[in-house]
Amino acid sequence: MKAFKLFQVVALAALTTLSSSVALAGDKIRIASEGAYMPFNGINEQGELIGFDIDIARALCAEMEADCEIVAQGWDGIIPGLLGRKYDAIIASMSITKERLRVVDFTDPYYSNVLSYVVAKDSTLDLSNPDNLSGLTVGAQRATLAGQYLEDELGERVNVKLYATQDNAYLDLASGRLDVLLSDKFPAYDWLQSEDGQGFEFRGEDIDIDDKIAIAVRKRDPLKEKLNAALKAIVENGTYAEINARYFPFSIY
Amino acid sequence: MNWDWSVIVEYYPRLLDGVWLTLELVFFSGLLGLMLAVPLALMRASHNRWLRMLPFSYIFFFRGTPLLVQIFLIYYGASQFEWIRESSLWPILREPYWCAIIAFTLNTAAYSAELIRGAIQSIPKGELEAADAFGMSRALKIRRIVLPRAFGTVLPAYGNELILMLKSSSLASTITLLDITGAARAVIARTYTPLEIFAAAGVLYLIIAAIMIGAFRLLELRLNRHQHYKMPAEVTAVDPRLKD
Repeated sequence: MKAFKLFQVVALAALTTLSSSVALAGDKIRIASEGAYMPFNGINEQGELIGFDIDIARALCAEMEADCEIVAQGWDGIIPGLLGRKYDAIIASMSITKERLRVVDFTDPYYSNVLSYVVAKDSTLDLSNPDNLSGLTVGAQRATLAGQYLEDELGERVNVKLYATQDNAYLDLASGRLDVLLSDKFPAYDWLQSEDGQGFEFRGEDIDIDDKIAIAVRKRDPLKEKLNAALKAIVENGTYAEINARYFPFSIY
Repeated sequence: MNWDWSVIVEYYPRLLDGVWLTLELVFFSGLLGLMLAVPLALMRASHNRWLRMLPFSYIFFFRGTPLLVQIFLIYYGASQFEWIRESSLWPILREPYWCAIIAFTLNTAAYSAELIRGAIQSIPKGELEAADAFGMSRALKIRRIVLPRAFGTVLPAYGNELILMLKSSSLASTITLLDITGAARAVIARTYTPLEIFAAAGVLYLIIAAIMIGAFRLLELRLNRHQHYKMPAEVTAVDPRLKD
């Protein structure tokens, strides 16, 4: 997922912590999301944040009976902004990585990411055995877990093509330059539902890469325990399942 | 800040693979671009208004839009059309390599055509008059007088254009090619050491640019040797103060 923009984040984090340390007013909880990763977080025509992450954030706030404000923040500056106390939590489909754990704390995961192969519906490729990929052209987004998996696990056998953005990879899958796309499953699911994705489908087994998505908070912030309790509560009382069903017909927890 | 030399050493071979691709892209598109630019420049310098106007929109488009946009239009844009995907051109347009060559060629040809046009128009009128006085045909005049003179004049500016091309070629990395920049990005996505790897990539570009600058210097010295003026010894013998 977005695990590898971390190097930029660490560098910026150092700068931001130096420059800003304004204490937060009141007990309002401020939550940041990115707004560029549908269906998890996006911005609608009215300029409001929408998506799975946002719905989860609202449900957690309702559970905690807290007054929340959700703000959009660009990905590169999202950890620095947290450390700079511009907001108190990041709910933006962020993967737990050991690099990030050096600077922030994570709550319990609120969903797990898996990888999936996407191929054209009329392709006869049988992916029940990944060995059948040998010699084919397989694409993924660069600097993501999918891209890394592709290079590490299949780099010897397939022709790897890495794209700067996921959208470019979709375009090349549609044009036939790619035989197979390896992608985070849930955003790809969203694309398959769109008009452009109509001719394509998932094929083969999902790949579990132990990618857990959680809420980032500042180190040692007691908010973490509150969020964990609220998360547990919404999973148990069915709110989570209800939100999940709005976006996916299968469980992503 | 920890500077990690070992990643540069470890991934150096991958960057070197990128060097070859970068050189290929610059060389082929430079060559093809020049071949395209000469007739375009002659048209632009023509006295026939219609002939002069013909390449205008092409040059206007390629000079007026970013190279990145051009590459995307050729690579991602063309592939959107079913009829292109089914045409006999698809085996070429399918490959990012050829898309990059096409985009770079068309781009550099537009710029070079204007450079060469300027050089053609700066040829002293007297030389053209002399050619006419000899009764040279138009084609012979172009071959013997116009082009050789224009090439001498255009050389410094064209060297500059090729160096710009070298650096623009890094945009090939946006269409999945592993040129120097593409290779560097692939390595960085793995090692999280952007500073070290981009610095190493920058040094490689510098070395290539230095070689190109040197080559053009030699070429200039040779082609424009008649233009070098050194004060004759007789003059300084008369008045040593004239010696600079």
